[in-house]
Amino acid sequence: MTEQRRVGIRVPVLARVEGEGALDIDIVGDRIEHLALRIFEPPRLFEKFLEGRTFDEVSDIVARICGICPVAYQMSAVHALERLFGVAPSEWIRKMRRVLYCGEWLESHALHIHLLAAPDHLGFPDALAMAAAHPQVLTRGLALQALGNEILRTLGGRSVHPVSVRVGGFSRAPDAETIRALVARIDAALPEAETLLAWTAALPLPDDDQEFTCVALRHPHDYPMNEGRIVSDHGLDIDTDEYESHFRETHEPHSTALYSHLDGAPYLVGPLARLNLNADRLPAEVADALERVGLRLPSRNMFHSIVARAAEILVALHEARRLLADYTAQQPEVAVAPCAGTGAWATEAPRGMLWHRYRTDAEGHITSARIVPPTSQNQARIEQDLAQSLAALGLDRDDEALRLRAETVIRNYDPCISCATHFLTLKLKRT
Amino acid sequence: MTKLRVAVHKFTSCDGCQLALLNLGPTLLTVADRFELLHFAEAGPINPDAHVDVAFIEGSISTPDEEARIKRIRAATRHLVAIGACATSGGIQALRNLPHEGDWVAAVYAKPEHIESLAHVRAISEVVKVDLELWGCPITSAQILAALRALGSGVMPANDADKVCLECKRSQTVCVMVARQVPCLGPVTRTGCGAICPRFGRDCYGCFGPAETANAAALAQRLEGLGLPPRAVARKFLFINNAAPVFAAAGAAVLERAHD
Repeated sequence: MTEQRRVGIRVPVLARVEGEGALDIDIVGDRIEHLALRIFEPPRLFEKFLEGRTFDEVSDIVARICGICPVAYQMSAVHALERLFGVAPSEWIRKMRRVLYCGEWLESHALHIHLLAAPDHLGFPDALAMAAAHPQVLTRGLALQALGNEILRTLGGRSVHPVSVRVGGFSRAPDAETIRALVARIDAALPEAETLLAWTAALPLPDDDQEFTCVALRHPHDYPMNEGRIVSDHGLDIDTDEYESHFRETHEPHSTALYSHLDGAPYLVGPLARLNLNADRLPAEVADALERVGLRLPSRNMFHSIVARAAEILVALHEARRLLADYTAQQPEVAVAPCAGTGAWATEAPRGMLWHRYRTDAEGHITSARIVPPTSQNQARIEQDLAQSLAALGLDRDDEALRLRAETVIRNYDPCISCATHFLTLKLKRT
Repeated sequence: MTKLRVAVHKFTSCDGCQLALLNLGPTLLTVADRFELLHFAEAGPINPDAHVDVAFIEGSISTPDEEARIKRIRAATRHLVAIGACATSGGIQALRNLPHEGDWVAAVYAKPEHIESLAHVRAISEVVKVDLELWGCPITSAQILAALRALGSGVMPANDADKVCLECKRSQTVCVMVARQVPCLGPVTRTGCGAICPRFGRDCYGCFGPAETANAAALAQRLEGLGLPPRAVARKFLFINNAAPVFAAAGAAVLERAHD
């Protein structure tokens, strides 16, 4: 009888992800028999808390789903409710919402690149260890993150759970002097962000092309944030209110995050999906910078996500700069008259598309809510990627090498496990 | 001088209070240098069972596993500091402790039998002894740095439980309730946020929890006087810090009157 090699790898808590999770892999001989990303963020039941609340309480509630991307939750919510009530925000409001989102992309992407992802690619256990060898890289990255927070504070009052966002606009418009000072800081950061992009493109990233479906919003002119149709690179092109007829969520026993499928198959949302689908919507300066660093789009290498994040940091700075040029404080909100109905909307959270749907009664009380965060949309894709990446690396590699690659793959998606979910314990069994 | 040994643990939460450290910008590197960060999963170091001088606890207790974990941490910790609304009062998810219709877990998950959770969401102090509470949703960087500095010097930080109203007066912010009849929780809410909501032209919504000597019943009456229906007044108290005793009692009292 042939003795088969049995191996078990355990990663009890996955570091550098937002949340708690674990990974179980059983390897039998030369194939993966079982692979499950276990997410064990305790259920927080936000969709039920929203029932019975009025529409103007929603943005303060949904912000609490995620401390890293509260603006994304606020933006999907207020747009869905405005659509439901037939409210059209002014051009000024649309611009300032985009600036606010730029702040969140900058804050979230800079945090992920420097504190969560980069140590994997440079062989450090964590960012604090990396800081000793690369102090200028960390200082530059944390300064960009701090500028993102400053944009959020300027428009939202604070960077975590901003207070000014409401259905109909903002509770206050910042004064012109404050904005001028902010623009000066953005100008100073632009060259830093270009250097960061070149730095990410020069990282020793694994070369591992895979087949996957990209899904993102697409807007007639702009790189997508708050507005657009849902498109894929396999021909999907739908309004956000048609989401439920194409995307299905299922519940797997090993996870408190629900799994999403598009027409029955896993798909990717997030920076690489957005960039692959919207390269022709990039500001010219960013398209040029990407060409200089030699990133060919569309890319099939998932590890290019870190380069895509750096490119989107540059997008955020250029867009904020453009939108705040000639700023004047204007009426920050339009009148809202609630009515009964259903409204759905999606925006692009830093981690990918975030879809909300609300039903209201005639007074504007929420009667039902549905929220599909990006991490649950990516969960099936992450498992698919893990199986392919580990096979490409070689299942005969030692446990430590497999564990490290598995963690790198998962962190590459910037999973925000709080957004339904939390992160990683690896249990690897070889049989 | 030996460095203070510090851990940051996450329980049921949004991760937002850990950002009081992670959002420090380049100052984060100075902090990491001054203190020995032994466990901080989101920043990298993992050593959940380390014996530490200070453990910052984010989140509430809502599963049997969390209950066991906080007890282990308590046994290995000198100063246990609860940070943020979830840890100090249970947070917004404590809304599921209030009476409601139907099984919420079953309504959200297709296979609720796989979801392990306790019947009630609890604040950290309901499960283990807490040495210091930092209130806020989220807490600020100033709060956590002040706590680190004070505990590093062997003292407790000052406990500022003033009302948001006083912060508004000090910053010469126009009162939204007096000027525009906006129903504001500033008179009963703990300061520390910088009175940002009134400064941004809106009502305080109580995210820093009850202030000292808060007269929530009187404010509830005043809010009803502004024309707010009792249920709307109750919802204001039963929000981010719905399980903080002062807010819980005020909300329940208004609802009871509404039923009479």
